[in-house]
Amino acid sequence: MKQEHGGVVTQKYGMVVDLDLCTGCGSCMVACMAENNVPFREDETDKLKSITWMRVYKLTNGKHYPETDICYLPRPCQHCEGSHGHSPCVSVCPATATDYDNQTGIVSQIYTRCFGCRYCMGACPYHARYFNWYDPIWPEGMERYLNPNVSPRMRGVVEKCSFCFHRYQAAKDKAHLDGQKEIDEDAYQTACTQACPAGAITFGDLDNPNHAVHELKKQPDTFRLLEKLGTNTKVYYVSSREWVRRAGDNYLKTEGLKKAVL
Amino acid sequence: MSEIDDKTQAVSEKAVSSTQGQGREDGGSGGVIILFFIVGLVASLVVGWVLFPKLLYSQKKQPIDFNHTLHNTLVGNGCESCHSFREDGSYSGVPKLAQCIECHEEVQSSNPEEIRFVEQYVKKGIEVPWLVYARQPDCVFFSHAAHVKAAKMDCATCHGPIGESESMKPYQQNRITGYSRDIWGENIGGFKKNTWDRMKMDDCSECHQKKKVVVGSVQTQKEGCFVCHK
Repeated sequence: MKQEHGGVVTQKYGMVVDLDLCTGCGSCMVACMAENNVPFREDETDKLKSITWMRVYKLTNGKHYPETDICYLPRPCQHCEGSHGHSPCVSVCPATATDYDNQTGIVSQIYTRCFGCRYCMGACPYHARYFNWYDPIWPEGMERYLNPNVSPRMRGVVEKCSFCFHRYQAAKDKAHLDGQKEIDEDAYQTACTQACPAGAITFGDLDNPNHAVHELKKQPDTFRLLEKLGTNTKVYYVSSREWVRRAGDNYLKTEGLKKAVL
Repeated sequence: MSEIDDKTQAVSEKAVSSTQGQGREDGGSGGVIILFFIVGLVASLVVGWVLFPKLLYSQKKQPIDFNHTLHNTLVGNGCESCHSFREDGSYSGVPKLAQCIECHEEVQSSNPEEIRFVEQYVKKGIEVPWLVYARQPDCVFFSHAAHVKAAKMDCATCHGPIGESESMKPYQQNRITGYSRDIWGENIGGFKKNTWDRMKMDDCSECHQKKKVVVGSVQTQKEGCFVCHK
């Protein structure tokens, strides 16, 4: 079902990640860093200061061989809708630097507006937000490889995954030129989606029946991270393994699985 | 009249005359203070409105003094003859040398600027380092397609009557921020008469709020931030 705001057709961009397909190769992380000019330092040993918009986590079921099992979980910004767009970070930002857009369902982050209080980082239950402790310094010559469509960040501001919003802007540009009102599914895809060799990530408009994610999110094995918090995220995960689905939220041992609310 | 009365009168006359005298002296020093104030005020206004902008902006000349009017009479499709959209919807902005060479492979006139252009850039195959007056900060996403194609706006609404200019004005660069003066506008106080006088965020949002393009932002009840930011 399409929703309308003030007579304008709106989208709700989201992702469905099939964890059974994910091999944990990390291509999505690399593609994301290259696409979004994510800064890195010479010494990245202190992971608390590393910036990874897309991060692959390793989950284990905690059992001994031969029952031991692992699962890799890619985690971009979950772009929480909360209730009526009041996602955790948007609710706390005192600078209006982060915002929920009802038109696209994307949580934006404006670096020039952020003054680095890091309240949003405390509010985000997914550790999806990162603080720039240093000014970005690229090795000589590498600044020529930066993506001109993504503005680099400066020391003292928070950054996070934007669902490659600059690609939406570019797709919109093309649609305007061609006289189209809407943009096609394949015209706007995130870098991680395209980079995944296993095809585990599917991206699109969750409200649009013509987009693959619309049906995929309805699979019986779908869950979202920390759903009990009511963050109403737009990143859905799929796994046939029950322990993985249980790992998505803080379940009591005696508690049964809750189905993702669609 | 008694003697005493005479004396009192004399004393009071003296007192009156002395207070009058004092009053005159006070008026004189007050005038000096006011004069000093006015001189100081005028001086600081001159510094703030005339000297400061001159100090704040450095002036650069364009590499070639381009004549828009002359070209406009020779091309068929107005601004879009040279400033065109790419197939992917992005905007090419200032033309590359290859586009100029389509006409200027050889010198066509006796215009010294054209001769200089052909000799210095075309013959050597060097791109002209044009200074872009309307260059926006890094964090800004501006879609020409949305404004020119979808909203059918004129170029002049934002860029002014630049197509009728006969020579290039000096490019003024803010020494602190590095941005072009056209972003803040000619008027240092930020006053504007025309829509093209300034190119700040306020000027974009002024029009956007009037048109009420899309109200999507949860925080501001206006348009989403990512519409114009990247």
